[in-house]
Amino acid sequence: MASDRQQLLDERAVERALARMAREIIEKSVSTEALSLVGIHRRGVQLAHRIADEISKAEDHRPVVGSLDITLYRDDLMAIGPRPVVGETRLPEGGIDDRVVVIIDDVAFTGRTARAAMDELADFGRPRRILLCVLVDRGGRELPIQPDIVGRHLDVPEGMTIDVLVPELDGRLAVELAPQGG
Amino acid sequence: MPPNTALGKDLVGLESLTADQLRAILDTAEAFKEISERQIKKVPVLRGKTIVNAFFEPSTRTRVSFEFAEKRLSADTVNIASSGSSVVKGETLVDTARNLEAMRIDMVVMRHGSSGSAQFLAERIPSNVINAGDGRHEHPTQALLDMLTIRDHVGRLEGVKVCIVGDILHSRVARSNIFGLRTLGAEVGVCGPRTLLPAAIEEMGVKVFARIEEAIEWADVLNVLRLQLERMQAGYVPSLREYNRVFGLTRERVQAAPGELLVLHPGPMNRGVEIDSDVADGPQSVILDQVTNGVAVRMAVLYLLAGGEPEKAEAAKVDGAHG
Repeated sequence: MASDRQQLLDERAVERALARMAREIIEKSVSTEALSLVGIHRRGVQLAHRIADEISKAEDHRPVVGSLDITLYRDDLMAIGPRPVVGETRLPEGGIDDRVVVIIDDVAFTGRTARAAMDELADFGRPRRILLCVLVDRGGRELPIQPDIVGRHLDVPEGMTIDVLVPELDGRLAVELAPQGG
Repeated sequence: MPPNTALGKDLVGLESLTADQLRAILDTAEAFKEISERQIKKVPVLRGKTIVNAFFEPSTRTRVSFEFAEKRLSADTVNIASSGSSVVKGETLVDTARNLEAMRIDMVVMRHGSSGSAQFLAERIPSNVINAGDGRHEHPTQALLDMLTIRDHVGRLEGVKVCIVGDILHSRVARSNIFGLRTLGAEVGVCGPRTLLPAAIEEMGVKVFARIEEAIEWADVLNVLRLQLERMQAGYVPSLREYNRVFGLTRERVQAAPGELLVLHPGPMNRGVEIDSDVADGPQSVILDQVTNGVAVRMAVLYLLAGGEPEKAEAAKVDGAHG
């Protein structure tokens, strides 16, 4: 099982990518006071907290962090079963009206998660601006949605998938190539 | 391999559900609570689904709770009540169901006076059927909301001692609670007049308490059932005052509890009969939490039942992993 996996980014490489993403977020936002980071359940949430830590190192202000579970906004829910487990949605205190909201996810692929996330955010308020920020862009878009900030562009061979691993859930910080369904 | 938590087509009762299935419902309900706290209390997950609420027995609380749950998931709903429906004109349950089916509905939530009617309907129509109470058989969503409320306040269900007090004999709420709680590892007791306990109740794996004082001494949680006033006319209990004197949950009795006690009641309450106002409105009472949890539990059941075949799960997991 483990031999089928291939490490693409180790802990140091992921940390460097997150630090660079944090700097890009600072550059693109008017002020860090107006920033709200929203991590997509599940691994986007841990990445959002790490990026918030990086921002606070540079700016003396840690942006608020929330979590979003997009399951109930998926466009393929009625075609699949059994129903996936629904995780926690907890947006940052004070709401998202007039904020610069940064959606943070582990992997950009079809674009459907980002679409669902934007639909869900619209039900909570009207941000001044929404940015999409992902650690890995693996291509393969099915919708006209592109991330604003990307940690790394990675190619994925046929039959393989990208796994972003975070210490809180997986015991280590890394990006790995794994066989699909494994 | 994750446990199979798929519920299948229908929710008829808790007797046949596994611990994994019950936990999946409660965990999903926990996540759904937050939706009711949003400013826009609506998610699009059941958009385009049509649900019929067929209540052939009077009910306000359960029907309204289901309706809120359905609307918060964006389903379209129609209500049928027994008065004014073709049921009073002599139409059979199957004919009513077939007519609804012909209008292309997706789910039926049914309350009916006959035990087994939910199963009967579920076997005859392709739509999902959710039992909202059938005779003396089961009332699964009520027991699920009771269990969620207990789990919220105690932190677990395993090993928790829950005593159901009152008319166990006629109570579908008691039956569903006994099945569900025991599957999830709680200890269950019952307490009530011998006339209102089923003859072989011990065979359901419950402790029997003849006196409310003993039940309170034993239990972490009391679930106090409504005493149907017809029971008195039918001679099961001598009088309401007598019932209150012997089995009523009074402040004095609750204060004598050795530890923390949680008091549940499925409503509507007969204040001064099975429960005194001091207790119903007191610090131990979680009766209004039950009502709030009822909406979340019903949202969870609707969500988990809506569409989908278990064998597609693996494929969906792969497709949906990233995007």
